[in-house]
Amino acid sequence: MNGAFLRLRALIRKEARQMLRDRSNLFVGLALPVVLILLFGYSLSFDVTDARVAVVMEDNSAATMNAVAGLAGSDYLSPIWTYSMVEAEALIRAGQADAILRVPAEFTRNLLHGQGNLQLILNGVDSNTAQAIEGYATGAISTALQHIADRQGSPAAASASVTVLQRTWFNEASNSTWFLVPGLVVLVMTLIGAFLTSLLIAREWERGTLESLFVTPARPIEMVMAKLAPYLVIGVIDLAMCLIAARYVFDVPMRGSLWIIILSSLLYLLVSLALGLVISGVTKNQFAASQMALLASFMPAMMLSGFVFDLRNVPVVIQVVSNVLPATHFMGLIKTLFMAGDYWPQILRANLTLAAYAAVLILMATRTLTKKLD
Amino acid sequence: MTPIVEAAGLRKTFHDRDIGDVTAIDGLSLCVGQGELTALVGPDGAGKTTLMRMFAGLLKPDQGSLTVLGIDVARRPQAVQDRISYMPQRFGLYEDLSVQENLDLYADLHGVPADQRRDRFGRMLEMTDMARFTERPAGKLSGGMKQKLGLACTLVRSPDLLLLDEPSVGVDPLSRRDLWKIVHQLVEDEGLSVIVSTSYMDEAERCAQVHVMHEGRMLAEGTPATLRARAHGLTLVATPPAGTPARDLQARLIDAPDAIIDAVPRGGNVRFIRRPDADPARLADLLEGASSQTRCEELEDSFMILLREQDRAAEPLVAQAEPDRPPGDGKPVIVVRDLVRKFGDFTAVASTSFEVARGEIFGLLGPNGAGKTTTFRMLCGLLPATSGQLEVAGRNLRVARAQARARIGYVSQKFALYGNLSVRQNLEFFGGAYGLGGKMLRDRIRDAVEQFDLDPAAQSGLLPAGYKQRLAMATGLLHRPEILFLDEPTSGIDPLARRAFWRRITALAKGGVTVIITTHFMEEAEYCDRIAIQDAGEMLAIGTPQQVRDMAGHAGARDMNSAFIAIVEAGRKRRDAQAAA
Repeated sequence: MNGAFLRLRALIRKEARQMLRDRSNLFVGLALPVVLILLFGYSLSFDVTDARVAVVMEDNSAATMNAVAGLAGSDYLSPIWTYSMVEAEALIRAGQADAILRVPAEFTRNLLHGQGNLQLILNGVDSNTAQAIEGYATGAISTALQHIADRQGSPAAASASVTVLQRTWFNEASNSTWFLVPGLVVLVMTLIGAFLTSLLIAREWERGTLESLFVTPARPIEMVMAKLAPYLVIGVIDLAMCLIAARYVFDVPMRGSLWIIILSSLLYLLVSLALGLVISGVTKNQFAASQMALLASFMPAMMLSGFVFDLRNVPVVIQVVSNVLPATHFMGLIKTLFMAGDYWPQILRANLTLAAYAAVLILMATRTLTKKLD
Repeated sequence: MTPIVEAAGLRKTFHDRDIGDVTAIDGLSLCVGQGELTALVGPDGAGKTTLMRMFAGLLKPDQGSLTVLGIDVARRPQAVQDRISYMPQRFGLYEDLSVQENLDLYADLHGVPADQRRDRFGRMLEMTDMARFTERPAGKLSGGMKQKLGLACTLVRSPDLLLLDEPSVGVDPLSRRDLWKIVHQLVEDEGLSVIVSTSYMDEAERCAQVHVMHEGRMLAEGTPATLRARAHGLTLVATPPAGTPARDLQARLIDAPDAIIDAVPRGGNVRFIRRPDADPARLADLLEGASSQTRCEELEDSFMILLREQDRAAEPLVAQAEPDRPPGDGKPVIVVRDLVRKFGDFTAVASTSFEVARGEIFGLLGPNGAGKTTTFRMLCGLLPATSGQLEVAGRNLRVARAQARARIGYVSQKFALYGNLSVRQNLEFFGGAYGLGGKMLRDRIRDAVEQFDLDPAAQSGLLPAGYKQRLAMATGLLHRPEILFLDEPTSGIDPLARRAFWRRITALAKGGVTVIITTHFMEEAEYCDRIAIQDAGEMLAIGTPQQVRDMAGHAGARDMNSAFIAIVEAGRKRRDAQAAA
């Protein structure tokens, strides 16, 4: 047993030295997460601010002015006042407006009868933005109408005009940063995990070092453990960066227990590192391995894990594929942990799934290092 | 004596989608004794590496039994791996780790205790002469040094069996001698059992037992003396009439396989082996008046006899190259004056001058890291010189590099053709790159395929080493260059292929092509008209092979290898003395 310990220590020392001397890899491991955090945290956001809405006022009564005044008071919308549909259409075509709100000439009269109709025309080129504007505009107008109704004390007008009931749980502000940052933990763990380790075994095959290493008392499992260890440390540093950024830079709530977040993340990191090693051991070629690692781990984690798209809305085939990915299980868990809190059935189920993945992948990685050349 | 390795009826077949099944080991049996130095020799593709890997438990035999140290390797490979040390052909040094860190890693893996380790490291560093470089990253060592470090890492502890797979391929004579010194010392001091595979016969000659392999089978085995006896009475040496180059006579002899088994130039003479049934009249005819006498047989002679018995017609030896231009008018085609190349403050080539005449074969020799490749690259116009004058084919390389390049052909050390293209596609591409096209290119390709006996449809990357080398040469000759540069063209190809290669080179030179060549095989220097020995960027000796051997004095009388070592060592001593003064 003592021999095994000494060998493991020697191998870990070797891997750590190699890792620290490979500047470009170390850069990917430590600086890329920072870039990702900033990139996703700041620039990838589905929120729309100061969306330009061309307001066509065909009816200039006081009630109308009151109804649309809510638009001007919103952080998310900035109205452009126009007086004809032609003018508004020109704006939207020129890309100077994202939507048109048309107040028809008969609006005031109809409002009194409780049938106030406004026309909202959205530029559907960017559907995310269009949806956001729709939400903001209806929200702003219905609030304004509510105020009118309250002031007039007319129950008919009030009941007829309040048609939108908008409420969002957990992400009260419908803030997409809150929704994206926990997913970022998944992406960073996937990227540094699979991408960095995907080079390790392949590099030893390419440089012929494995043949010499094979004919020593070193066991395959020791080689795998030694390859995982230093990158686990890098992963912990990256995880800390992600959590600190989430809490203090993006003010994302952390409603679940911190230690569960950390333990689950480490378990997922292990899965990811082991996946990289398996890819590396199977391809035996650094270039192919890094390509494969991107395609097999990072891309699916981004597209199919529920990071961006809600998995309930995708075709069944894709759902099945998604559920095979360890990233999907971790994504669901980490979002719940951040936004909702500890939900034990999910914590147990997801972590057991991840542990099973880790065990299988480590076993597979060990098999790729079986001391055979044919 | 108890056998340390015992194999019976071994068979190993590799399955390959592209080239089909290849039987690497074909019903082979052997027995290796303890405490002995045993050599495995054989041409390229004989199965030496496969056999070594089976001994090391890295490959499982398909059939047959194999016990190493009394253990069934196929069943318990780790038990064998815990007790042996194995140095693969390309030893896997961690290039980003320092010399010391590499040694530490292997010592830790083998569980060498601290007190033993200190002695062992001291001894290894002293024997390899690397104590000064312990902090240097392994990747920054020269080729010979890397090989020595590989051996040191393999020998961090005293194993029960040491396996060395072609430890001296691509290693210069000095490093080669150092490697062998270490092995011999360990065999003597520790009674180490060693199995070494090699393609150098002088190395096999130093072993207690020699096993000759060919195409996965055992051709012959025994002590060097019993193997040598096969060539007894067949070995001769001929002296060509004064004023004629030895290689003309050598060419005539080797072109007559009906009477001659092998012929090589050596020190102005031609050593050859006659067929046992050769007609004396035919022999006298071939010698054309050159006097001949018998000489002592060597292991190499027996080896050549064994190989020729195996494949009589494998290598078409006759190379027909029509003289394209009138041979040597004595005017130099390459003029080098005070050539210097520096990389930062490191001088790779120091003030070098020489001339090469048309149709001459000029050999550039030197240990690893001597500056040969740098000199070579400057001559080809691939690397600008720091200072000095450089004229190739009448063009000043410093101003008219492109024009000079059109007149030279270059065959690099590594296979630099496209592996996934066919032979024809490679020839077409490189012909096009040299500005050939249409009917001219088609004709040239047809000639090249015929002359080098190539299969135009074969995929280049899958060719055997010897054929790859032929293709590389065919490509370098497509545009009919006046000067052909060859960088270590024969490393890694077997003796028969090497004979055929040199036959082509001598034919080209006769046709007026100037050939500049580097090599690690010192006996190949004998084919050259003139050779230059370089070390640490300096030109130590230049002249005909005989002149260079004379320069080395006593050592040169033995062979080119000894002459080379003597000259390089004298040069180093002189430099050290200068540095001390």
